[in-house]
Amino acid sequence: MAVLTESRAAVIQRHVIFALVQNKPGVLAHVAGMFAARGFNIDSLVVGRTESPDLSRMTIVVTADDRVLDQVRKQLAKIIEVVKVKDFMGLDYVERDLMLIRVNAPPAKRGEVTELVNLFRGRVVDVAPSSLLVELTGTEAKLESFIDLARPYGLVELARTGVIAVPRGKQKD
Amino acid sequence: MADASKNPYLGLSGADIFDQALREEGVEVMFGYPGGAVLPIFDRLYDSPIRFILTRHEQGAAHMADGYARATGRCGVVLATSGPGACNLVTGLATACMDSIPVVAFTGQVRSFLIGNDAFQEADVTGVTRPITKHNVLVKDVRDLARTMHEAFHIARTGRPGPVVVDIAVDATMAKLEEDVSQEMDLPGYKPCLTGNPRQIRLAAEAINAAERPVLYVGGGVILSNAVTELRALIAKTRIPVTTTLLGLGAVDEDDELSLRMLGMHGSAAANYAVQDSDCLIAVGARFEDRVTCNVATFAPKARVIHIDIDPTSIGKNVEVDIPVVGDARDILAKLLEHAQPKDRSPWLAKIADWKKRFPFVYEATGRIRPQEVIERIGRMTDHNAIIATGVGQHQMWTAQFYRFRRPRQIITSGGLGTMGFGLPAAIGAKVACPDQTVIDIDGDGSFSMTMVELITAVQNDIAVKVVVLNNGYLGMVRQWQEMFYRRRYSSVTHPCPGFAGVAQAFGAVGMTITDRAELDDALAALLKAEGPAVLDVQVEPEENVYPMVPVGKSLHEMNLGRVV
Repeated sequence: MAVLTESRAAVIQRHVIFALVQNKPGVLAHVAGMFAARGFNIDSLVVGRTESPDLSRMTIVVTADDRVLDQVRKQLAKIIEVVKVKDFMGLDYVERDLMLIRVNAPPAKRGEVTELVNLFRGRVVDVAPSSLLVELTGTEAKLESFIDLARPYGLVELARTGVIAVPRGKQKD
Repeated sequence: MADASKNPYLGLSGADIFDQALREEGVEVMFGYPGGAVLPIFDRLYDSPIRFILTRHEQGAAHMADGYARATGRCGVVLATSGPGACNLVTGLATACMDSIPVVAFTGQVRSFLIGNDAFQEADVTGVTRPITKHNVLVKDVRDLARTMHEAFHIARTGRPGPVVVDIAVDATMAKLEEDVSQEMDLPGYKPCLTGNPRQIRLAAEAINAAERPVLYVGGGVILSNAVTELRALIAKTRIPVTTTLLGLGAVDEDDELSLRMLGMHGSAAANYAVQDSDCLIAVGARFEDRVTCNVATFAPKARVIHIDIDPTSIGKNVEVDIPVVGDARDILAKLLEHAQPKDRSPWLAKIADWKKRFPFVYEATGRIRPQEVIERIGRMTDHNAIIATGVGQHQMWTAQFYRFRRPRQIITSGGLGTMGFGLPAAIGAKVACPDQTVIDIDGDGSFSMTMVELITAVQNDIAVKVVVLNNGYLGMVRQWQEMFYRRRYSSVTHPCPGFAGVAQAFGAVGMTITDRAELDDALAALLKAEGPAVLDVQVEPEENVYPMVPVGKSLHEMNLGRVV
C-alpha cells in the first residue's frame, strides 16, 4: 500500500474552488474554522451574495497538492450549510480580482504612471497632489505584474478583493 | 393565519414546542442540568412524560447521552443551561464527535437581544462547539425552533452520525408561535451518500475474489450502520478472517475461529501479522487512525486496499485507497455478499490459526491480583454478554483484550478522543437505555476519579450500574510509557486514591474492596448480585504493562510481545 505523502504529494498547484453556501449566520466562521482546524492555507476567500437571497457564493483560492485539495473539497462539502463545491481546475473559466492601489506620482512622474495604468487598462479614480489611486481588475497574475511595475514609484496603499471566478458558458452544467 | 391542524405548534410557547418536538422524535429520556437560561423549558418538563436524569455535572450528562446512544443506536439527548452549563458539555461532545455517536445537545442561551454583550452566563456556544460537533445552530426566534430541532435529530442520526448542538435563546422558549411558518426541513447541503456505487462494489468483489490472503478490517461504522448481520453473512460465505478496531469490537463474536481480535498498537499479534501479510485489506467503517496503523508508511504493505465508508473525507485521508466505496456499510456489505464468492484459502487460514495459537493475549497470574484476570473472570461470570463501559488507559486495553465480546453495542468506550472519566457516566446512560441488562463499568482508578461523582446520580435515580475499579494507584498507561520510553522517571503518575468502597458507601451505593485473588470470585458475584449501584475496588499489581505494544514509529509487525513470550 502506498503512502500518500510519497505518491501524490509532488505537484503543488493553485486551485480556484467555488462553494455555494446557505446564507445563514456563522457559515463563514464554519468554513474558515474548518480550514484552520485542518491546517489548510487559504490564498484568498471571497464571499458575496448571489442571484438567490438564500445562497451565498464563496470563491476560495488554495495552493496545495492533490491530497490536500481532495480533503479541502470533501471537508467543504461535508459542512452542512455548504450546498455545492466545485474545483475549477481543468475547466475553462474567467477569474477576476479587483484592486485599488495608491501609487506615488508627483507631478513629474504622473504621466509615466498614467501610461502604465492605461497599458493595464486600469482607471485613475482619485488624484492627489503627489499620488494617484488606481482601480484595476484582472487575473491575480495581471494584478501582481502591475504591482511589480508600479513598485519603483512607491506604493502607498493597496487593497484587493480576492478572486471571484465563473466558468465559461459552453462548459456550464 | 392558517389553522392549527396544519401547524401543530401554532399557539404554543417555545417551551411547549420543545417538549412536543422531543416527543415527536421519540425521546423518552434526557440527561442534564438546569439553570437560568433553560428555566422555561424545565417548567414545561415538570409536566412532561419525558424522563429527566439530573446529573451532578454537565460533562456526566453528555457522556450519559453518549452511552445511551451507543447502547441503543438511538439519539442521546442532553439539556444544559447557557455559559458554564454549555461549556461543561464540550468534552462530551468532542468524545461523541470523534466516535460518530448521535447525540443532540440543547443549551440555553441568554436573551437574544443580549447576545454578544457578555451577559451573565453568556458564552458563544456555537463558536465553542463548532469544531467538535457534526453541526450546530443558534435559535433566536420561536418560529425556527421546531424545524431546527427536527433537523438536529435528522442530522445527528443519519449519514455518519454525530453530535448536534441546538443553542436556544431563552426568549425564544418564552414566546408564543403566532405565525404559521413552514416546518419543512431546510438542508439543501445535507445529502449523505447511502448506497454504494455498483461499479465500485463490483470492483471490490473482484478484488476480494482474486485475493489469496484477504483480511477484513472492521470499525465502529459497521456497528453504527447496524450492518453486523450482513458482515457476519459475508464472513460465513467467504471465510475471510476479520479483525476489528476498538470500536468495532462485537461486530464479530471474538470466539469465532475467523476472528483475529483487535488490531493496532495493543492489538493481537495474529491481527497485526495478518494485516501486514495480507494481499487485500477490506476496511469497513474504519478510518486508518494512527493507533491502528502505527507507522502508516509500512502499514499493510502488500495489500490492495478496499475502503468502505459513509464519509468521503475518511477515504484517502490517511492512506491511499485502491478501491473506495462511499456509502452505508449495511447496503454495501449486502451487495458485496451477492458478488463475493467462497474460495479455498486453506494455507492462509492455517497460517492465521497458527498465529492465533502461538500468540494469544497472555499474562502471569502470580503474586498480586492481575487486572487481566479480573476482566477474564467478569467475562466468564457474565457469559461474555454484559454491556461493558470503560474509562481510558491500560484497563481499557485489557478490557478489549480479555473480555471477549460477542455482539455489537456491547462495549461502550471512548476510542477516538480517549476521554478519561467516560466510563461511569456512559455506563449509567447505557443502563438507563437497557435496564434489563447487566452494565459494568470496568474502570481505572484515574478515570474513575474524574467522574465518580456521578455515582450519586446513579443512586438518586436508582440506576444499578456496577463498577470494577482496577486500582493500581498509578495513572497506569502514562506510567507504562514513562517506564518504557522515559527511563522509569515517574513524573506525576503516582495516584494514591481514597478508599473507593468508602466513597461509594458515602454516596449511598454498595462499596467493596479486595486485595487477594482468593476473594475475587465472591466479590464479583456479590457485585453482580447487589441491588443498586455498586463499586468493587480491586487492588491490582501496580506495575503491570499492556502487551503486545507497538512502540511509536514502529510497524505493526514490530510489536513488543512482552515478557511472557
